[in-house]
Amino acid sequence: MTLLATERAEPLRLLDAEGALVHDADTERWHAIADELTIDDRIAMQRAMVLTRAVDMEARNLQRQGKLGLWVPSVGQEGGQVGVAFAMRDQDTVFPSYREHVIAHVRGVEWMQIIDVFRGARHGGWDPADTRGCRIYSLVIATQALHANGYAMGIRMDGAVGTGDVTADEAVLVCYGDGASSQGDASESLVFSKTFDAPLVTYMQDNKWAISVPSSTQSSTPLHLRAAGFGHRSHWIDGNDPLIAFAVGRAELDAARAGEGPGYIAADTYRIGAHTTSDDPTRYRTSAEEESWQRRDPIARLAAHLREQGVEDALLVALDEEAADTAADVRRGTLAGGSPASDMIFDHVYTDPHAPLAEQKLALAEFEQSFGEA
Amino acid sequence: MATTTTQMPIAKALTAGMRAAMAADDKVVLLGEDIGPLGGVFRVTDGLQAEFGAHRVIDTPLAESGIVGSAIGLAMRGYRPVCEIQFDGFVYPAFDQIVSQLAKLTSRHAGAVTFPVVIRIPYGGHIGAVEHHQESPEAYFAHTAGLRVVSPSTANDAYWMIQQAILGNDPVIFLEPKAKYWAKGEVDTTAAPGPLHRSVVAREGSDVTLVGHGAMVHVLLQAAQIAEGEGTSCEVVDLRSLSPIDWAPVVASAQRTGRVVVAQEAPGHVSVGSEVAATIHERAFYSLEAPVLRVSGFDAPFPPAALEAVYLPDADRVLDAVDRVLAY
Repeated sequence: MTLLATERAEPLRLLDAEGALVHDADTERWHAIADELTIDDRIAMQRAMVLTRAVDMEARNLQRQGKLGLWVPSVGQEGGQVGVAFAMRDQDTVFPSYREHVIAHVRGVEWMQIIDVFRGARHGGWDPADTRGCRIYSLVIATQALHANGYAMGIRMDGAVGTGDVTADEAVLVCYGDGASSQGDASESLVFSKTFDAPLVTYMQDNKWAISVPSSTQSSTPLHLRAAGFGHRSHWIDGNDPLIAFAVGRAELDAARAGEGPGYIAADTYRIGAHTTSDDPTRYRTSAEEESWQRRDPIARLAAHLREQGVEDALLVALDEEAADTAADVRRGTLAGGSPASDMIFDHVYTDPHAPLAEQKLALAEFEQSFGEA
Repeated sequence: MATTTTQMPIAKALTAGMRAAMAADDKVVLLGEDIGPLGGVFRVTDGLQAEFGAHRVIDTPLAESGIVGSAIGLAMRGYRPVCEIQFDGFVYPAFDQIVSQLAKLTSRHAGAVTFPVVIRIPYGGHIGAVEHHQESPEAYFAHTAGLRVVSPSTANDAYWMIQQAILGNDPVIFLEPKAKYWAKGEVDTTAAPGPLHRSVVAREGSDVTLVGHGAMVHVLLQAAQIAEGEGTSCEVVDLRSLSPIDWAPVVASAQRTGRVVVAQEAPGHVSVGSEVAATIHERAFYSLEAPVLRVSGFDAPFPPAALEAVYLPDADRVLDAVDRVLAY
């Protein structure tokens, strides 16, 4: 078996930077999968990206105005993310890092649930049972790769792979970046998932910068080659092309659910924005580099493709208007958001009763009440 | 109901406890290094893979973070994983997954997802092994909110506490006193001795209270025996649970005797013994005839095995503290 589908000078893509369809010797099997996407699916992908971009920009502004403690922009990486999000089937599970806002949105996480994490109201914010298997964000880099592996091992132990029913068999997607690829947990996830043939697909976004450190510091070997060394089926794709991300994501998730073990997708993309709102990219990279990647913007790319497919400009304008309304809703929601009750400090630290913490909760309540009585 | 008691060593009591838990719930799975055909380096999982299958007693790749991190994912899927860490000093590669992930994930999910994961760690000295094989890391875990930390000292407790830990819905760090794995005791398989997080009086006495956990309880009982011959009556309290600590029996004993020595193998600085001393001072101050004294390993790395008998508190060092606490 060939682990590497191709040895290419360029990552696989179905849409070039101008939004034109690409056909070469390696693309036809992927076009066959991407062709499953109807024009409505493609418009829905565009909508998810446009809404996310608008919320992203609004959240950055809210942070600058002191309304959020921090924001993590996903600008520039929406293309590959929306592709793998659409590649997931209903029953699938995704373990994001903290920059996968499009994926969270597509699976059903509410914008305010994400905002609450960054305005300091909650640490998690959603019940995965309500978000079509989108797990909560994970902030310690690459830790979620092992959680995803364990969950995928559990799927296999449940017998929920390899029955041949793609509407029932399950697979897991885990997302992280080039920086995370250096963490031990990332490598351990690659080892464990291969050892146990867990139905796990890793979506590694090489966005070129782990805060200020270039991806060349993380690995002198292309990361898709590294994954192949772990025995994973491995792909190198244009991470700003929603169509190739959908096609390869769908193929890999379906292979995983069929019981063929784990796969790995290395996405060539770029973090257009800062790492977080605390970051200053002007200290470590050039504006020329940023501009070269802005010309490969996934939203402009898919818009051009949609126009080429006959979608009217009016529809794209309507998406922008909906996005502006969504951003305004997020702004209103953020400004209206209150502080959680102090009970949150104590509740759910443990599931079973825990006497010392119950005593501390009571003592705090009495202490707070003592000021009221003065 | 007739009680059924069986003599067995602590290691076999743990095996029997896990066997009972696995038979009762097929979501209970074991993960660890060498726990399958070998039965673990201490043979605590001996025979379990043959009985329950390789899908429930899982030999993992050699990576502790991978073991605990994957157990977390299995818990998210509805399993009740029991991880074996091979030796105390090998738990640290999994530290982040334990203290920043496992301990906090229930809270992070606002209770929507539970994490019934047990992490078994053979711990402590007295086995003459090389570095990293004789440590007592309990304070790290007892300090971490979201974890429960327990350590049985008898075969009966080993049999029941492992089952209670597996049945509970919170993460449990289960510290096994490896030096006493082969110490035999009566196991009553008909009824649990009490809740998981209960401290107990292991020996009654009236002059001085000796507090400890795990293998140290055996040293304290030995010291109490010697002291009795010298005319001093020592009460021994076995903490059993280090987080939370069941304070009532500890404080009641301190109030009865007025003099307390707390002993542990771990270094004394910021330790379980420190917490015991502080809490007794807070809650039994007017009953105390002397400050609570601590007997601990030194605030130094665990030494080469040739010096372990010097480093680890033995009955002589406990009795020295008994003499000092009586001199006030």
